[in-house]
Amino acid sequence: MLSVPCPWCGPRDETEFRYGGQAHVAYPADPAACSDAEWAGYLFMRDNPKGWFAERWFHSAGCRRWFNAVRHTVTYEFAAVYAPFTQPPGVPS
Amino acid sequence: MTHPDFLWADPEPKRGYDVVVIGAGGHGLATAYYLARNHGITDVAVLERGWLAGGNMARNTTIIRSNYLWDESAAIYEHSLKLWEGLSDELDYDILFSQRGVLNLAHSLPDVRESVRRVNANRLNGVDAEWLTPAEVKKLVPIINTSQELRYPVLGATFQPRAGIAKHDHVAWAYARAAHDLGVHLIQNCEVTGFRRAGDRVTAVETSRGAIEAGRVALCAAGHTSVLAQELGFRLPLASHPLQALVSELLEQVLDTVVMSNAVHVYVSQAHKGELVMGAGIDAYNGYGQRGSFHVIESQLAAAVELFPIFARAHVLRTWAGIVDVSPDASPVLGLTPVENVFVNCGWGTGGFKATPGAGWVYADTIAHGRPHPLAAPFTLDRFTTGALVDEHGAAAVAH
Repeated sequence: MLSVPCPWCGPRDETEFRYGGQAHVAYPADPAACSDAEWAGYLFMRDNPKGWFAERWFHSAGCRRWFNAVRHTVTYEFAAVYAPFTQPPGVPS
Repeated sequence: MTHPDFLWADPEPKRGYDVVVIGAGGHGLATAYYLARNHGITDVAVLERGWLAGGNMARNTTIIRSNYLWDESAAIYEHSLKLWEGLSDELDYDILFSQRGVLNLAHSLPDVRESVRRVNANRLNGVDAEWLTPAEVKKLVPIINTSQELRYPVLGATFQPRAGIAKHDHVAWAYARAAHDLGVHLIQNCEVTGFRRAGDRVTAVETSRGAIEAGRVALCAAGHTSVLAQELGFRLPLASHPLQALVSELLEQVLDTVVMSNAVHVYVSQAHKGELVMGAGIDAYNGYGQRGSFHVIESQLAAAVELFPIFARAHVLRTWAGIVDVSPDASPVLGLTPVENVFVNCGWGTGGFKATPGAGWVYADTIAHGRPHPLAAPFTLDRFTTGALVDEHGAAAVAH
């Protein structure tokens, strides 16, 4: 089981969390102006890297707050957690 | 008993091929075989970064069925099931295909309604399907607990008698030998690292064993497809997740059909040798690590023990994970890509094994003719732009 470092509560078991997928997928500023392809990009297309990944977590059985994390998708190691709507800290190389 | 002869050669890559298939799992091997057998395209290489059929083909739970809800899905999975029914003869190799039937249990009134609807939809599509009462389930599977006192009692099940299991390694070896016999090069330890481009076309595949020129490129890399697409400069609607499975020690035969439960979430069959083979859902997070979290194993075993109390004394021998590429509508992506001579077959998520012959068949046809095979046409990448999704989430007889 992963130990997820909630920025508000500290490290907790993965079973306390819900996963939210890729972070920083912004709602289109003017949805009505989107082409079908742009809308598909917003709704469906996702980064799916083998390596560091900025993603969202929700501490559903804890503080019930969302946060973002940078986690490695092969080692599953967390490099950083940070508040929603803020930019990710530097990603390890 | 002497060591058997090698079933296929281990050639050095040629300078180039008409078709380069990336990934020597079940789908890649089947695609190469049908390219040669159905379309006479034998100048084909299948590139594999590890060893042949060592990815998801070695990690699945071997369940084969075609009882999907939607017409488009039923058509392609039933095409695949029909190919399974003749595959041992076709490939002259016993793949231990056992049509022992698959039960999908219903545990709530919504489950029952969805299941009966799916039975009716299956029958309209020519897919064998029956609705069984709890007593009929008990008769078919004497070790199952049909007590109505359970937290999630068995309220009935759908049953597809023609569904079953096959021996995954034999399937891979049979396709590999048959493809090799038709002239296909199977090249292992050959990781694709990039692509050479000329305008909208790929001219060569760069690999750990040098550049290989390619007339057409067929992606068949399951959980790693997004990594290749990123190199090629287009996006896919995929998330790669660990999918775990496990086997018990060898036991006397106690289960001669396949039982799947969506609501308490476990699926189980008993292999020919005697292991109980179980699986459940994906781990929630994106992951390429071929391992998942233990609580996922714990919850599927809890479900299994509730349904089959005698399993409580069985020991887990081994757990593992594959990397499955899950699409937003739980249906595959099969067809053309924004790169002119590159084709894609991915997004099979948790259900790719059963599709092995069917996917290989329609993908080979798609590559040979440069347009989607009719059975693949509903599954093109375009559907995410047009909105014509084939939403099998919850409809496909299993949660994804």
